[in-house]
Amino acid sequence: MNDALDVALRLLVVFVVFLAFPLIVGQTEHKVMAHMQGRLGPMYAGGFHGWAQLVADGVKFAQKEDVVPAGADRRIFQLAPAVALLPYLLVLLAIPIGPGEGAVGQAVDAGIFFVLAVMGVGVLGSLMAGWASANKFSLLGGLRTAAQLLAYELPMLLAAASVAMAAGTVSLPGIVDAFQWWWLPWQIVGAIVFFVAGLAELQRPPFDMPVADSEIIFGAYTEYTGLRFALFLLAEYAGIVVLCGLTTVLFLGGWHGPWGADGLGWVWTLLKTAILAFVVIWLRVTYPRLREDQLQKLSWTLLVPLALAQIALTGVVKVVIQ
Amino acid sequence: MTLAAAAGLSHTQGFLSPTGVEIAFLLVGLVTFGAAVVTVTTRQLVHAALWLVVALGGLAVEYLLLTAEFIAWVQVLIYVGSVVVLLLFGLMLTKAPIGRSPDADSGNRWAALAVAVASAAALVWVVVDAFRTTWIDLDGRAAGSTEVTGEALFQNWVLPFEALSVLLLAALVGAIVLSRKAKATPTSAASADATPTGPTPGNGTTTRTPTGAATPSRGTSDGPSPAPGGRSSASDGRSSASNGQPSPQEGAR
Repeated sequence: MNDALDVALRLLVVFVVFLAFPLIVGQTEHKVMAHMQGRLGPMYAGGFHGWAQLVADGVKFAQKEDVVPAGADRRIFQLAPAVALLPYLLVLLAIPIGPGEGAVGQAVDAGIFFVLAVMGVGVLGSLMAGWASANKFSLLGGLRTAAQLLAYELPMLLAAASVAMAAGTVSLPGIVDAFQWWWLPWQIVGAIVFFVAGLAELQRPPFDMPVADSEIIFGAYTEYTGLRFALFLLAEYAGIVVLCGLTTVLFLGGWHGPWGADGLGWVWTLLKTAILAFVVIWLRVTYPRLREDQLQKLSWTLLVPLALAQIALTGVVKVVIQ
Repeated sequence: MTLAAAAGLSHTQGFLSPTGVEIAFLLVGLVTFGAAVVTVTTRQLVHAALWLVVALGGLAVEYLLLTAEFIAWVQVLIYVGSVVVLLLFGLMLTKAPIGRSPDADSGNRWAALAVAVASAAALVWVVVDAFRTTWIDLDGRAAGSTEVTGEALFQNWVLPFEALSVLLLAALVGAIVLSRKAKATPTSAASADATPTGPTPGNGTTTRTPTGAATPSRGTSDGPSPAPGGRSSASDGRSSASNGQPSPQEGAR
């Protein structure tokens, strides 16, 4: 009974985080982008600085008619948003925010593999949406999504492998436990490669060629309306939370901080995650969209060699310090 | 087989005693088998690829139930996350209509069945022969955990491991060489499956996609307009961000 209660409580907490954090990131994005571009952003909904804008958006999405195009493959079209969203919920279960058993949804033995494997599954949702919509823009978007995933999965894995080598374990809490402050300069290249490749996998600007709204009208999501479209958006923002959380745990030392180590580790994790999420938004406002061939070139000719060099460096240092 | 062995070796339980794990193993096995059968019998190409996802995912769950956690996640990473995505990519690049593909059937089905049965028999025979006299220590560390798998791989099996990696490297280099050769000819007959390893896959995708059989069916009279109006509020700054200039879209919200 106690076990069941424990499991239920953990699932509930993870679910609440899964629902709340993406919304917070979304609201922050509205405001940060507005400030960076010298404009107001949403100001009316809810009164104070438009804090309820996302709630209003949600109500609007829920009210819209759920349209499935006549030529579409109905079942796959309707299933795609769930396939895109659920993997991030599962990944969130395995990310530790503090030391000890109590601060992680479920400690997974092969944590890195679990996290990267399940994140890769989410892209199937975009592929299904792109194909099943019976729309040439959607198909183009799906193709670009697939090409992008294939290109960026490799550097992401290699960068994660480097930090796993450094820690001597593939479990996420184990990696943070083994973290020392000098890992930061040691693994910095891997961290950047991981973060950039993760951004590309989420199709966030400047890597948003697959959903480029001004040329292929949001790619795979062209035909989606209402709640199903909202689920895709939620998947994108949940992806930001997951990516920032993972980068924090793998490369930035998670709950380690200069002070306040006792009982306040989770604050450090959340703080680092929030700063990374801010960087994600910042990059979106700053850089223009990369062209498709530039995207591929960046991955194959820059990120993959960098990740390999990082692995070599990790190996050499690891042998030397033993 | 493994199930029977595991059940037979633990002293407290009889042969195939119906514990929860075993029932789950059988049920997931049935689902995997069903998905695999649908994969080869369905006439819709993309559906076949998606059923393959179910079959491979079911296999990963089976690995998990056999405590081979590492193998399970690698299965998801490699097969579901990469191989099927590659497969779908290839299908979309060529011809994957919505609905039935009339030419999805092969005349070689009996030969294929014979090969499948032969290889399945060989696999089962090899596994049974290799593990017939093996005793599994159930009280020690879980035999499929990352640590145990790694130790076994890099202590006992390091030579086959290295041989396999050299083989894969040779395949990789071969794919790159082949795709380069195909690119040099003006007919541009580069095959879709070689694209991701090629130097600039991007060009291939953008130029050749229109052959995909997507029928543009965007009704203009769809009631509430499906696209840009609803989207602009939640994704407002995307165009402005990528154009690098502030947008006057505030009124739209």
